[in-house]
Amino acid sequence: MANAEDHQTTRRDFIYYATTGAGAVITGAAVWPLVNSMNPSADVLALASIRVPVESVAPGTQLTVLWQGKPVFIRRRTETEIEAARAVTIEELVDVGAENANIAGEALAVDENRALANFSPSNTDGSVGDPAGTAGEWLVQMGVCTHLGCVPLGDGAGDFGGWFCPCHGSHYDTAGRIRKGPAPRNLYVPVASFVDETTIQLG
Amino acid sequence: MGGIPHDHYEPKTSGEKWLDGRLPIIGLLYSTLMAPTPKNLNWMWIWGIVLTFTLAMQIVTGVVLVMHYTPHVDMAFSSVEHIMRNVNGGHMIRYFHMNGASLFFVAVYAHMFRSLFYGSYKAPREVTWIIGMLIFVLMMGTAFMGYVLPWGQMSFHGTAVITGLFGAIPLVGESLQTWLLGAGAVGQSALNRFFSLHYLMPFLISGLVIVHIWAFHTTGNNNPTGVEVRRGSKEEASKDTLPFWPYFVIKDLFALTIILAIFMAIVGFMPNYLGHPDNYIEANALATPAHIVPEWYFLPFYAILRAFDNTVWVVIFAEWISFGIIDAKFFGVLAMFGAIVVMALVPWLDTSSARSGRYRPMFKWWFGVLVLDFIILMWAGAMPAEGIYPIISLIGATYWFAYFLVILPLLGVIEKPMTPPATIEDDFNAHYAAKDDDTQPIVSPAE
Amino acid sequence: MFHKFILTAAVAVVSFLGLVSGSAHAAGSETHIEDFDFSFEGPFGAYDTNQLQRGLQVYTEICSACHGLKFVAFRNLHDEGGPALPEDQMRAYAEFYEIFDETLFEGEGDFRTATPADHFPESGLANAPDLSLMAKARAGFSGPYGSGINQFLKGMGGPEYIATLLSSYVEEPQCALDMETPMDGYYNTAFAAGGYPDECKGDHGEHLYPGSWIGMSPPLYGDDVEFADGHSTEIVDISQDVAAFLMWTAEPKMMARKQAGLTGVIFLTVLSVLLYLTNKRLWAPHKAGGHRKD
Repeated sequence: MANAEDHQTTRRDFIYYATTGAGAVITGAAVWPLVNSMNPSADVLALASIRVPVESVAPGTQLTVLWQGKPVFIRRRTETEIEAARAVTIEELVDVGAENANIAGEALAVDENRALANFSPSNTDGSVGDPAGTAGEWLVQMGVCTHLGCVPLGDGAGDFGGWFCPCHGSHYDTAGRIRKGPAPRNLYVPVASFVDETTIQLG
Repeated sequence: MGGIPHDHYEPKTSGEKWLDGRLPIIGLLYSTLMAPTPKNLNWMWIWGIVLTFTLAMQIVTGVVLVMHYTPHVDMAFSSVEHIMRNVNGGHMIRYFHMNGASLFFVAVYAHMFRSLFYGSYKAPREVTWIIGMLIFVLMMGTAFMGYVLPWGQMSFHGTAVITGLFGAIPLVGESLQTWLLGAGAVGQSALNRFFSLHYLMPFLISGLVIVHIWAFHTTGNNNPTGVEVRRGSKEEASKDTLPFWPYFVIKDLFALTIILAIFMAIVGFMPNYLGHPDNYIEANALATPAHIVPEWYFLPFYAILRAFDNTVWVVIFAEWISFGIIDAKFFGVLAMFGAIVVMALVPWLDTSSARSGRYRPMFKWWFGVLVLDFIILMWAGAMPAEGIYPIISLIGATYWFAYFLVILPLLGVIEKPMTPPATIEDDFNAHYAAKDDDTQPIVSPAE
Repeated sequence: MFHKFILTAAVAVVSFLGLVSGSAHAAGSETHIEDFDFSFEGPFGAYDTNQLQRGLQVYTEICSACHGLKFVAFRNLHDEGGPALPEDQMRAYAEFYEIFDETLFEGEGDFRTATPADHFPESGLANAPDLSLMAKARAGFSGPYGSGINQFLKGMGGPEYIATLLSSYVEEPQCALDMETPMDGYYNTAFAAGGYPDECKGDHGEHLYPGSWIGMSPPLYGDDVEFADGHSTEIVDISQDVAAFLMWTAEPKMMARKQAGLTGVIFLTVLSVLLYLTNKRLWAPHKAGGHRKD
């Protein structure tokens, strides 16, 4: 390099770095949309959350809906079923985890951690009112056996009055917890909540 | 690779030596990137990089689009709408790809006319030119098949018209057209195979691009003077050249960003300006658009196709002498393909001893008229085939053929070219001599 | 060198855009399309949310009787950069529709209330085209002389065409009224592609009156709807409202697109300036009087 160049070295370097940096930023900005285009599209996301009307579900009956390609059991349990589920102690369980997507972190598989919270109407002053209906009567869970993915039979099937998977004989109790058979986990509880008194939103 | 003497890659570390003995890829990249390049190249030598970038952009956006597109007559149109409405950023990716085809042809026409003016096709660069013409033909095929995929009205009826060209070939035409479409008419089989080929052909083009670059790295780049780089020694060659990296890469990238800024403005603010509204109507075999027009980049050749109807004496003569085998329709098809063929043969049609148009006083004017002719043909191709337009097309088409078949061969004999500078170094220094760089860094080349 | 390049590029771009394109749409029509001033025109134009909501109302109460919007989902009504209905209103709007669901009734299909994920129904009448893309499938402007300059300056003119068409139903000219069998359809001064009687042509077959006869009966008369915000219901206003709404259904991502375009232009301009400086520095030693300094 000639001497005349030396005093300009700093400025020259700055321009080179700035150009390289700006080029890298623009390249990144151009590549990101291409990557992002492979994420779920708007129509797929629109089906990621569905609303299920449950006013027709009487205590002691169950509604099965298809959500994201899988069956979901929505059961309105009777007092007897709830009591039976609550009478079970943690020690009796195969899987002590709640397996509930609505609860962050670890939680024990007590019935309260499995059942869906009832609808609580908003009061006019903005506070949350008392929950409607019998506490803990709604149980929402994926209708997929945690063993090999069969759809368990419901309506009090199995030795524990809950669900029974006919494929390999897994028995679930009235809170959907695995009690007997090869399945390793309780039936999974998906993200679900009441949006009004008679509508459950999945996802 | 042969060509201009220059430094070669020498593996230094043991790892580099290990790789070099097995796959000399670093040496190859080094030679490509550090290729000695005439230092007097002007701004018309940027289009190669623009084209390379556009090819890459079309392939990348195309691959993403394919992930969401369905090549089925019932779903193609709605899958494009799915891309436009639901896919994350899909509307931008699709508009990029759609307008990218236009960018591609702007660049390729600039690139080709650059070569035609500076005589880049002349010996020893005939192979580079021929491969370039092959790329051009493949590009046209790819663009045409890509235009079919959205399955709009213009896609559908345009396909019918273009494949109908092959149907004009005597004797075998009809079976050839049926073979192309896989059916008697445009439908599912045509859509599916065009989709397949539209995906394949860019990779063929990529391969040819590598050969194209290989060819001109062997002969060395042409330059505005048409004077060859001195090859007596490395020392001598280095006076005429600078390495491709960083000098020409940075220069080309600068030009590329300006072109992309304009491109971005078109995509962002008027993405449908270069398209046809009819293609937002789903294909319907029962209703033809009032005015079927190909995309703008096909228009000059489309005008040549339509120029020759059965009132032109050449056509009447051809029909008479061929006992009716060459009718007006077939003549038009021959003329359209012939227009490309005469261009491909230009290395052997140009008889001039001078290479660059810069030093050819008469050629300059004829070339200027050719560029104008191309633009007029483009315009005439878009107008309805009635009234004065077929006559304009005919005059334009005649000039096109006359330029290549008559004017260029004759000019070489008639014209007395000026003497170009002795060396590239002289040309370069003539532009920049006695200019204090810091006060007046950028000047116009004295062309 | 640089200036010349910029100049050449500018000339090339302008002549390219001007001469080359748009000429495709030069089909000869003597109709006049009013160049309405829509809020979404130009690089910085944006949809007017209130106008889109009014247009939705006009579509719902009038157009939807015959026409469909099959590419638009109800959830889109809640989208930013669109009509942006609040979520509960959007849900309530969807529930207003019944759609046929193939998966119901053991695969035989049945009707059910629409959800936000469902699309608007298709056209109810066979000869009523779907309106989802209508604003992009029509060009209001062309020329002059196939140059495409009008489209460059005014835009493609899809929504202008729709708004003009809807407000261009007029009394038939006397020559048509005098015909023994009246023309099918309705006389519209903005519609070029319809039937036209020989009685209304001049000596050389030229049309004496603009437009032609369209199959669609006049959909709007003015005061056809009542807007909650009390906005004007003059025919020329509601025509524009529904045209703006249809522009949105055709190009729902226009706002995102313009923003991306602007960002891209700015970024690339910055990068080009930096590359210009880099290039200048890089070449400087080689351009100084022909004496290589390194």
